[in-house]
Amino acid sequence: MEQILFYILATVIVIATILAITEKHPVHAIVYLVTSFFALAVVFYLLAAPLIAMFEMIIYAGAVMVLFMFVIMMLDLGGGGDAKRPSLAHCLPALVLAGVILASLGLLVTARSSAIPAASHMPDVREFSTTLFTKYGVAIEIISMQLLFAVVGALYLGRRRKP
Amino acid sequence: MIPDPIDIALSAIKIALVFFVILTLAAYLVFAERRLLAWIQDRKGPNRVGPFGLLQPLADLIKMLTKEDFKPAGADKWLFYLAPAMAAIPAIMTFAVIPFGAPIPLLGRQVAMQVVDLNVGLLLFIAFSAIAVYGVALGGWASNSKYALLGSIRGLAQLISYEISMGLALVPVVILSRSFTLSEIVNAQEGCWFIVYQPLAFIIFLISIIAECKRVPFDLPEAEGELVAGFHTEYSGMRFGLFFVGEYINIIVLGGLATTFFLGGWHGPLLPPVIWFSIKTLAFAVLFIWIRGTLPRLRYDQLMHFGWKFLTPLALLNILATGWWMVLRG
Amino acid sequence: MSILHDIQAILGGMWITWKHIFRRPETISYPEEKRVPSPRFRARIVLTRDPDGDERCVACYLCSAACPVDCISMQSAERENGRRYAAWFRINFSRCIFCGLCAEACPTLAIQMTPGYEICNRDIMNLVYEKEDLLIDGCGKDNSYNFYNHAGIGVTQPRGAGAEELPPVDVRGLMP
Repeated sequence: MEQILFYILATVIVIATILAITEKHPVHAIVYLVTSFFALAVVFYLLAAPLIAMFEMIIYAGAVMVLFMFVIMMLDLGGGGDAKRPSLAHCLPALVLAGVILASLGLLVTARSSAIPAASHMPDVREFSTTLFTKYGVAIEIISMQLLFAVVGALYLGRRRKP
Repeated sequence: MIPDPIDIALSAIKIALVFFVILTLAAYLVFAERRLLAWIQDRKGPNRVGPFGLLQPLADLIKMLTKEDFKPAGADKWLFYLAPAMAAIPAIMTFAVIPFGAPIPLLGRQVAMQVVDLNVGLLLFIAFSAIAVYGVALGGWASNSKYALLGSIRGLAQLISYEISMGLALVPVVILSRSFTLSEIVNAQEGCWFIVYQPLAFIIFLISIIAECKRVPFDLPEAEGELVAGFHTEYSGMRFGLFFVGEYINIIVLGGLATTFFLGGWHGPLLPPVIWFSIKTLAFAVLFIWIRGTLPRLRYDQLMHFGWKFLTPLALLNILATGWWMVLRG
Repeated sequence: MSILHDIQAILGGMWITWKHIFRRPETISYPEEKRVPSPRFRARIVLTRDPDGDERCVACYLCSAACPVDCISMQSAERENGRRYAAWFRINFSRCIFCGLCAEACPTLAIQMTPGYEICNRDIMNLVYEKEDLLIDGCGKDNSYNFYNHAGIGVTQPRGAGAEELPPVDVRGLMP
């Protein structure tokens, strides 16, 4: 049952992401991307990570993409127009990344080990947070400091300059 | 792993029941709002269709269904048709995690009066209220109309801003109950409701949910005086009806959540739990209507200042104070 | 403390609306209960008759000229004795704005406003009232007024015999 669900969701994710890349209209692209995030969240839930699933929805679908959309609506870029075909130099990072993913996929398939050890039990939210804040406490602090820098930077850029 | 067919049947019954009750209740909430607003304004309100006008929602439904389904020229067809559903569905899905009664023994098992008891129920509510923004945003954008676009931009900014204070107001609840699960939050309030410990968080949450369901005094996305009807200006017939009913479903769902988080859920003396839950939830609906009959609309900058410079810092301070208190108490 | 003041203001407003919920509604449920308008209420227009039972209208066209929406039209005619009357008289109530200027302009008090406000109709052509529809049997508001008694024209009685009227002056006579 979970497998059938997974394959449906995986198909949705792949198709939606491809459409998000190829779609010329930015708002449509956002809708496709949000669809993909939504399906991804359900996949996380199937992988016994409900917390990650919810964060995927709250932060990516609910906050980041909404802000993107806000900016697009405010600027009103109009139709996509005729974008130039990206040159090979532009594609290079994507190609490198695709190569890395393909290579790791190949390694996984040849090694024949199951990629994710089957979870013995659904990890509790409490367990999860205890691990997060004790074992990875420093990383959390660094990330939150980084977010604070971003907030301060945004405030600096957005402050009203005295004439 | 195939689940027990009885479990599936029970879930299906619960889903159907919740769906039916919520939709009927939302339709009657429209009627109740019209009557109550009329009384506040010394009028009588709709009283013609059926006894006391009780069949008015049915008449409204027939009117909505028989109206022309209009699409403005230059509108984005698919998004225009999709947006009303995107506004209504997250609201009704959130109700899945709300426990509306004590578990009852049935067919030799404890049946929770809740469609699904997720261990991240509270986060699911926040996630779906974040997703509900898309209905407003895309509906306004796809209409290809300046009023609708202005309404949806306002709606986007408002919903994001007040989601933050709403989420932060829920952190003390999580600290007190030590759980994201809504049934455990309700159980933690068996002795004393959280509104007693957290009056400030309750008020912040209340203000935020009024802003979340775009009600007066926070109805800037659909301010009729300025933007015709805001983001759903161009909608007609049942698509408009879906936006409209979605709003009232949202009121019921958010009222139910406020009940669950602060007013002890279904706990209460004498009466059965389901009745207690309904009374508390509908009390919130009446409060919303009463507030709508009283307060004028905020200005846009006032709205933003209030959300970001007052509610959010207050909620953060409240979290700090609650944390300190919990540490000191041990 | 402005915030305390704000809270007090909000709660005060809520208290007032709460009280109004239980107040008796001001609504008049129209088809069941009907409002009685004042006698001077301006609604359906009628043509009245003088105390003798003859129609008052002398087809002077003043109402038609005064009408801001041009909803009054008529055709004048004259009897053998010189008494003027309207051959036909038509008011289009679908255009009428019930301003009352026609009633003010009328020198014979023939055209008058009545409080009868229930003249709506499903067919707009039924709102064009002809003279037969407009003419009523009574005198309307001023039931002793008879225009030709004051007009000084020898139509209903010989000249000089009207009310408040002196006999005609003999312009060729030398007596003062």
